[in-house]
Order: sequence, then C-alpha cells, then structure tokens
Amino acid sequence: MEWLGAEEWQAVALSLRVSFWATLVAMPFAVLTAFALARWEFAGKQLFNGLVHLPLILPPVVTGYLLLLTFGTQGPVGGLLQELGIVLAFRWTGAALAAAIMGFPLMVRAIRLSIEAVDPKLEQAAATLGASRPWVFATVTLPLILPGVIAGSILGFAKAMGEFGATITFVSNIPGQTQTLPSAVYAFLQTPGGEAAAARLVMISIAIAMGALLLSEFLARRAARRIGDG
Amino acid sequence: MLSVSLQHSRPGFALDVAFDAPPGITVLFGRSGSGKTTVVNAVAGLLRPAQGRISLNGRDLCDTDQGLWLPPNRRRIGYVFQEGRLFPHLTVRQNLLFGNWFAPKAAPRADLDQIVEMLGIGHLLKRRPGGLSGGEKQRIAIGRALLSAPEMILADEPLAALDEARKAEILPYFERLRDESGIPILYVSHSASEVARLATTVVVLQDGKTTRQGPAAEILSDPKVMPTGVRSVGAVLETRLKAHHPDGLSELDAGGLSLFLPRVAQAPGQMVRVRISAHEVILSRGKPEGLSALNILPGQVDQIHSGEGPGAMVSLRTPAGRILVRITQRSAQALGLEEGSDCYAVIKSVAIAPGDISKISGS
Repeated sequence: MEWLGAEEWQAVALSLRVSFWATLVAMPFAVLTAFALARWEFAGKQLFNGLVHLPLILPPVVTGYLLLLTFGTQGPVGGLLQELGIVLAFRWTGAALAAAIMGFPLMVRAIRLSIEAVDPKLEQAAATLGASRPWVFATVTLPLILPGVIAGSILGFAKAMGEFGATITFVSNIPGQTQTLPSAVYAFLQTPGGEAAAARLVMISIAIAMGALLLSEFLARRAARRIGDG
Repeated sequence: MLSVSLQHSRPGFALDVAFDAPPGITVLFGRSGSGKTTVVNAVAGLLRPAQGRISLNGRDLCDTDQGLWLPPNRRRIGYVFQEGRLFPHLTVRQNLLFGNWFAPKAAPRADLDQIVEMLGIGHLLKRRPGGLSGGEKQRIAIGRALLSAPEMILADEPLAALDEARKAEILPYFERLRDESGIPILYVSHSASEVARLATTVVVLQDGKTTRQGPAAEILSDPKVMPTGVRSVGAVLETRLKAHHPDGLSELDAGGLSLFLPRVAQAPGQMVRVRISAHEVILSRGKPEGLSALNILPGQVDQIHSGEGPGAMVSLRTPAGRILVRITQRSAQALGLEEGSDCYAVIKSVAIAPGDISKISGS
C-alpha cells in the first residue's frame, strides 16, 4: 500500500493481530464465565459478576495501571511469568491482554443473554438420549448460543481495536512494538503535520469497524436461520 | 421390568410411591398434581429423589441407601416429553439419529428406515422442527426416543398438548409400540380413555401415593378408583369380535353375551377392548322391553359406592365382566338396590365412542 507509510501500516497490522488474539483467547473464558453466571448458583456470585464487569466501569487508565502492577516485570504475576520466559509489559502480547480484559465484560454480557435464552429442557432431552454433559454442551447448547457468541466476538474485537487507555498505560506506545491503531492516531495528532496520516488511519479504523459489523450481522443471521423458529 | 420405590418431598407435597412396570404399557394414572411427572423424572434421572430405589431389568439406576445415582445419559431410557422437545437447530433426520449416535455400539439398534416408515415421517426428514405440526413433532419425538436403543420408554402425557384429531393420529403408534416393540413403556396420563386404550397395567397415583395397581381391566372396573373425577369412570370389557353386520353394526362376543356397536375397525376374531363410560349406562330392575337400546346385559349388583355428592357408583357383575354404572343415590333407593340384586344394564350402541374401542395386544 503506497499511500500508507510503514509506521501506519505497522499500527494497523499490530491492531488486527492484537484484537484477533485478544478475542480468540478470551472467548472460551467468556463462554465459561457467561455459563457460570447464567446457570450456576455459587457463593460470591455477585462479587464475581462485579469483578467481571469492573473493566467496563473503571477508568481504562486505572485498569491499565492495575495490569502494570500485576503483570509488570516487578508485579506478582508478571515476575512469575518472566521466570517462565513470558514478558507482557511493553510487548504486543501485553496489548492483547489489555484488549482482552477490556472487551471481556462485553463478550460475557452478549453470551450470557443467549445462554439464558436456551431452554434447559432441550439439554435434559439430550441427556436422556445418552449425551454426557460435555456432549450436551457441544451438540445442543453451543449451536443454540452461536449467534450470541458471534455477537460477543465482534463486540470484543471492536473494543480491542479501539482500546487506548489501558493499552497505553500498560504497554506504552512503541512504534512497531505496542503502537496500536488508536495510539498511532493519537501520536500523529501530537506531531506537527501528522493530521493527514491520522486521517488515513481514522478511515481505515472506520472501514474495519463497519466490516466487522457487517460480517457479524451476516454470520448471526445465518446462525439464526439454522436454529429456525423453534 | 422396571421397579420403583421412592420418597421425595418438596414444600406442600410429599411423594411416596412403589410399583413395578412389567412388559407392555404401564400407565401412571392420576390427576394433575398427583406427582406423576416427578416419578417419571426420577426414573429418567432428571430428578434426584430424597430416598428410594429404581431398577430396570435387574440393573440399579438409583439406590439412595448405597449412594448410587446414574445420570440420565447412562440410563438408556428413551423419554417422550409432553412438548416434544425437538432440537431446533437440527433437521428431523439429525434429531432422529441424535440418540442413536450415543447408544452403546453393542446395543440392539432400531433401524432408521423402519422407524421412519412406521411413524410416516419420511417426507419430513430434511426439514427442521420449526414449521412442523404438533402431531408431526410428537411422532418424531417418539422415533428419536426409539432410535436411542432404549431399554425402556417413558412418555409423559405425550398427547396432552394435541387436539383431538392429533391425539387420534398418535395413539395407534403407542398401540403398535406396545404390541410390536417389546420395550416396556411407562406412560403418564390423566385421561381415562387413553388408559383404557393403552394400558396393560395401571398404577393409580393419588396425592403422591400409589393407591392401586394391577391389570387394566381389573383396576378400571373398581367403583372406588376414580382418580380423575367421577365423570371419567368407565369399566373395560374384553371381548372378541364376532362379525360385522350389513346394517353397519359389529357384533362382539362378551362372555357369551352379544354386544352390538357401530362398525369397529378390527377384523372378526380379534380381541377388542371396549370402555363403557359409567354415566352412559342405565340400570333396570326388570328386563326392559320395547327399548331402542340394543345392548341389555343381565347381572348382579356387586358393590354400591356412595360418594359425598348425590351420586352412587354401582358395580354390576355380568357374564361379560364388571360394568360400572353411575346413578343417583335417589335412584338406588327407589330401585331398592343392594348387593346381590338382579339388574339389567342398558347400553346404547352409539353411546360408545370410537376412541373407546381398541384392539388388545397379542391378538
């Protein structure tokens, strides 16, 4: 792409990579969390629910700072990971972690709604037909909540693409390393003469967001058609 | 054979039942709220009883004393639910084969083509359940349960959500299951006419307790058994179809007496079960003459059971079997009825509904 500078292109590619992995890795946890919140009764459920939603209501900078405290090389978890050779702070993987945590509550909410819409009687029927719990989940529950999972993924992906505050606090704004699309827009706007580059990135950002939305509509509609009208 | 004994309670309701379900259809008969569904769910493994033991063909499914409880997927019991419960995201064919896929490889399998043919659902295989009628869904639910290679079938009021025409459409499939599959069936119902048509064995459930159990004809002819109200009481006669007459009537042999009914569907020589509603029978002390009714059966009063209302249930012993007659207590007094009185039961041919006539298994 001639009209996009190397730095800009890097930012777009990095953002796509960060968002993709953030969504993919967070998804199974989001489904499990949504399932627990929708179906299980356990002590401390309200506290757990609050914890899951915390990134949604905390200032992103605070979330980023907490991540830095926890997953930074001096932090309790970060220090442990470092001994295993995994460093998150100031790396693109850290950006992915920040994006995943910020998008997590959105994914959980979308998936939880779809799980609550599944009639447990269908799952009982599957059990009487010989399906064990994991099989019931795989053959009945999961296909039925697929539209919710798709919607949750797109929401999570879009959130990851736009995540700025937590990311810049946790992994900073290193071109080629941790400079995602929003941080690049911000950086260009801080540089004299950077408006044109910023405008190009903004357009790309809009295009990706629209594309993701249309894709999710298409997939959700296809999944809904498969489920039929009951 | 299924053996059940269990106690369970929840606020405002206590269940304490014990019964055996031999081969054929065992109907759990009782009004709504008597605990029928709770029992069936415990057998299926969808409900864990507080106390009890359930075994199927010598295999323990639940034994609370030993802390044994098999989850539903390991019980090999097909369940036909009231509302079908088909999987909306799968085609009819995938629904039918769902349980088949999980069945043990060594289990004797029902053949898909054969089941599809028996239930008449071949034209629906590629469709999804969404647009199907209630009757179609229920036939698929029956097929799905059968194809899971079950050792037993449970059916919880499988006809209750259907209108009369659809009920008439599904009932014969259960009769065929009873007569052809050899799989024991536990069937929940509050409909006396379904019981009379399908049951090999009846287990009466009242307020969470099994009050009576035994062969269908015996239980249904007992004047004290009326779990779903007095209007639904009716004795069952087991008869042999003698001949179809050209005037549209069929002649049945009932213990040497002839019973004339509007043309029945069975062939001469077959055993036919006829349910006679107690409130459709008239009682006469002398042999009536000049009556339009074709069926006049002589008998002796065997029991008079007076309830709280103005009515009385009279059980009459006739050569055809026991007949129940619902009359008023005033009539019983006026006729001077007591145990041993000679009487005639008068039954109009056309008063017997086609749904109350059915063939008996094994004939």
